[in-house]
Amino acid sequence: MPTEPASTAALEAARKLAGRVCAGERSAISQALNAVDDNRASSREARLALLDAVSPQARGVRIGVTGAPGAGKSTLLDALVSGLRDRGRSVGVLAVDPSSQRTGGALLGDRMRLSASARDAGVFLRSLAARDQLGGLSEVTGPSLDIMAAALDYVFVETVGVGQSEAQVIDVVDTLVFVAQPAAGDLIQFMKAGILEWPDLFFVNKSDLGDVATRAAAELRAGLDLGHRRDPDRVPPVLSGSARDGLGIDELIEALDEHTGYLKTSGIGEARRRQGRIARIEHALEVRYGRFGLATLGSETEVRAAIAAEPGASVDRVVDVLSSRIEAALCEHDEEKGRRGA
Amino acid sequence: MSSIDSRPERDRPWMFRTYSGHSSAKASNALYRSNLAKGQTGLSVAFDLPTQTGYDSDHPLSRGEVGKVGVPICHIDDMQVLFDEIPLEKMNTSMTINATAAWLLSLYIATAERQGTDQGALRGTTQNDIIKEYLSRGTFVFPPEASMRLTSEIVSYTVDHVPNWNPMNVCSYHLQEAGATPVQEIAFSMANAISILDVVRAMPEVDDETLSRVFGRISFFLNAGIRFVEEMCKCRAMNLLWEEIGRERYGITNEKMLRLRYGVQVNSLGLTEAQPENNIIRIALEALGVTLSKKARTRSLQLPAWNEALGLPRPWDQQLSLRTQQILAYETDLLEYGDLFDGSHVVEAKTNALLDEARGELQTILDMGGAVTAVENAYMKQKLVESQTDRLRAIEAGELTVVGVNEYVEAVDSPLVEEGAGAILKVDESAEREQIQSLEAFRNRRNTADAEAALKNLEDVIKNGGNIMAPSIAAAKAGVTTGEWSQVLRDVFGEYRAPTGVVAAPVAEASEDVSQVRKRVDELSTTLGRRLKILVGKPGLDGHSNGAEQIAVKARDVGMEVVYDGIRLTPQEIVQSAQDEGVHVIGLSILSGSHGVLVTDVVEQLKNEGMGTIPVVVGGIIPDDDADKLVAAGVRRVYTPKDFDLTRIMDEIVDVVAESNAD
Ligand code: B12
Ligand SMILES: Nc1nc2c(ncn2[C@@H]2O[C@H](COP(=O)(O)OP(=O)(O)OP(=O)(O)O)[C@@H](O)[C@H]2O)c(=O)[nH]1
Ligand SMILES: [Mg+2]
Repeated sequence: MPTEPASTAALEAARKLAGRVCAGERSAISQALNAVDDNRASSREARLALLDAVSPQARGVRIGVTGAPGAGKSTLLDALVSGLRDRGRSVGVLAVDPSSQRTGGALLGDRMRLSASARDAGVFLRSLAARDQLGGLSEVTGPSLDIMAAALDYVFVETVGVGQSEAQVIDVVDTLVFVAQPAAGDLIQFMKAGILEWPDLFFVNKSDLGDVATRAAAELRAGLDLGHRRDPDRVPPVLSGSARDGLGIDELIEALDEHTGYLKTSGIGEARRRQGRIARIEHALEVRYGRFGLATLGSETEVRAAIAAEPGASVDRVVDVLSSRIEAALCEHDEEKGRRGA
Repeated sequence: MSSIDSRPERDRPWMFRTYSGHSSAKASNALYRSNLAKGQTGLSVAFDLPTQTGYDSDHPLSRGEVGKVGVPICHIDDMQVLFDEIPLEKMNTSMTINATAAWLLSLYIATAERQGTDQGALRGTTQNDIIKEYLSRGTFVFPPEASMRLTSEIVSYTVDHVPNWNPMNVCSYHLQEAGATPVQEIAFSMANAISILDVVRAMPEVDDETLSRVFGRISFFLNAGIRFVEEMCKCRAMNLLWEEIGRERYGITNEKMLRLRYGVQVNSLGLTEAQPENNIIRIALEALGVTLSKKARTRSLQLPAWNEALGLPRPWDQQLSLRTQQILAYETDLLEYGDLFDGSHVVEAKTNALLDEARGELQTILDMGGAVTAVENAYMKQKLVESQTDRLRAIEAGELTVVGVNEYVEAVDSPLVEEGAGAILKVDESAEREQIQSLEAFRNRRNTADAEAALKNLEDVIKNGGNIMAPSIAAAKAGVTTGEWSQVLRDVFGEYRAPTGVVAAPVAEASEDVSQVRKRVDELSTTLGRRLKILVGKPGLDGHSNGAEQIAVKARDVGMEVVYDGIRLTPQEIVQSAQDEGVHVIGLSILSGSHGVLVTDVVEQLKNEGMGTIPVVVGGIIPDDDADKLVAAGVRRVYTPKDFDLTRIMDEIVDVVAESNAD
């Protein structure tokens, strides 16, 4: 990684920006989100300084909303945002667009599904292209959530999920909600895909369609009793309602709050954040250097130890530090090969 | 050669209409009366956008739109002035009104009563087709379910109380303007009609005999493009399919009720800004397509004007279009013959081919749950955007010839456009202020208690599931305003935003030029540190979405990240989106003529929010003089329909962003 020295002025500006983010200033949130997305080498130090300053303050509750295409995630978010605004809480929404194109371009177009009542000053929306990452989440999802969670009470991230992406979303959120469509056969698909393992809460949407929703909820409950679960001590609640008609939203908000409380008192929340941090760091390094590069850091426990050695630092900072180590190791390895070849 | 006296028996011509209305009820009344004096035989009322979307003229969202593209009607006195000295008893009036159709019809009925005419004697049409509003026209207000309820209640009311009224005009016209192919035009509009007929059939008060009458009263509003042979075949195909649906789906047997009745406005999408006099010929040929074959002849015809792509037509421009119809009907021998194409294998084969394909597409929609589902899941809207994209790509690539645009562009100057800004109708800027004053005066002179009681009654009736019409007519008489009536419905039903249809647009094979721009976008993105991000915004009440959609799709195709949130946003919402989303450039699209107020608002608010460095580009129907003003106000580029090369526009946007970010 080429390193360019950042001016002290730039670092100072980054810290100032962090302060404004934590104070919930709207233009600062936006600027900070731009900054974490800025991948110029010259911006690197400022970006890391910003994230180092913001990450420890990122206290907002992070909630992932996932589910099959068209399940009603955006509609549900609209209802949730309105509900939370009624309760006086500030809300951020990060909409990850799945359609990454070979052109690099993307059409981000879901935000105005949010009704006018959900578009007031206490709501911040940012859409993000999935870019070229496999599995659906772009690398800036984590840092973006850090920024938003430092400024807002609740931060939601919407991803289209059927498999793959859930396993990644859980690294960046506290609670994962799965929105299910009451369609026949879907459930079996979910179980096969191993999706039911991850969510902390299920919301069977479109209850206005009648019996199918009730049946789907019952099936889901039965399925959950049998299958693997991420948290073995807790059977995730299965709620149902209609995002379109605003039914079951209060109950969902209560269930989310209940889960937030549970994460806190049980200590599971803290443990998840720690694990998530490690997973994000490993994932970022693996994407850049592959399994082989990651292995130059030593065994899994050694990697964890290295991460633990930087407790206050942001994920990106640790990635940065470890990247230099991997690069040095790879470089040595290449030289070694060169010598032997000669 | 027969002498004048011995001219053969001629068919009665179709009805000649001109879609018009502007400024105020008084000005529009004068226009209608002079049009009737010139031999126009029916009226076609254009309402302004606030009236169409249920806002009074003094509502904040009405700013800059009052009296612009149609007449503002806020209450019964406005309506009375609009038809002053026009006896409604004798008139056939078509009203292009949809989300607020029940209200405008109520005002019309109440006005007729003031003239001493019973509602039972009224003739005319309320467009009242909400599905195509979601798909193309953009003046929807309420969610689909509530809208279907309103439409069906107007149908069930008029079929008994205003028996000669066409309560619903199923519009395929607007679908073609949004890009629809002939097959899509047929299939989508039939699916639309079915969705409403199914609701009506399920109403407890509707028996088989009523259903038959309802079927007979549903009329259509078609488009006719420049490929006039195919268009003629399309009309024949629709005749056949409608009858088939009537017999098979609804068990209608009365031949008279099974006949497809339709009016036509010929295509405007293909009318050009470049060499606009060519449009005179296009319009005449398009008119031929829907009059030539007796079996597929329209019952009424509206022709746009030669200066369609420049701005609103003046009385002279509309007169030319009326004369075109009169020449066709009275000078040519068109009306002297039976159907010219019966027995033509060519026409029959083409008609059958369209019919087959349309049946398939219709079935696809019915299988997914019908037109309402296909609105909500964006299926139809996506298809339209796709077709429009194909059309524009073909023009850009030169595969589709448009004379004067992508071929035969060398030309001498046109004396018709030498007048410049004088070649279009300019709505007097004082119209808005005067309308607001007259609205205030009306509110002061009405009996407030009566109006409030009528509103309360309206709310009670709709909450209890009663028919919308009776309490609306009562409200009209009690002095309720358009905004008040609509607000009650907004509160009960909620509001809806239709899907934009762009998200899933397929990426096209990149041409040489597109690849070139893509490379520039990639390079600039690297310099900027993150991918070039653009917000495409549609401020105000304007529903023309084609341009914005195509700009959005193209920007995606050249590698930009695009935020496009659909129509009808306030300048403040757009500025907020731009900030939240961290975009590098904002592109605004406005075709309704209210760019003056709205663009300046966006630019000002950006400055106030400390985002003055984000460049703004604008596109739409922007007369040259106005373009200069916008540039002076800080807008970086202005585009109009003559800039048909979208790739070039993208290239220039890259320039603009590069300029703004050059340190
Ligand atoms: C198609 C059309 C419609 C369709 C719209 C379908 C849709 N979903 O978009 C329908 C039939 C629904 C319609 C309805 C109405 N229409 Co109309 N319509 C047109 C028409 C014929 C073509 C517009 C179009 O789509 N062109 C194709 C697209 C691709 O081109 P474009 O938008 O111009 O975009 C190009 C450039 O302008 C530029 N551009 C545009 N936007 C942007 C944005 C950016 C960021 C950039 C960089 C560039 C850019 O780039 C594009 C590429 O060339 C025009 C006349 C004409 N020929 O231009 C009238 C016109 C715009 N309509 C008009 C009117 C009055 C109406 C109505 C308001 C009538 C009424 N009273 O009810 C209604 C209501 C609509 C509403 N809700 O607002 C008037 C506006 C008058 C004015 N400005 O003073 C026009 C000019 C016709 C006329 N002469 O009277 N209409
Ligand atoms: N009947 C019914 N329809 C709903 C409900 N919630 C959402 N929908 C409809 O389902 C469709 C998809 O809704 P979205 O909210 O866009 O779904 P999504 O999961 O965000 O979709 P993607 O982002 O495309 O994956 C839309 O047509 C909604 O109107 C509901 O509670 N009941
Ligand atoms: Mg969504």
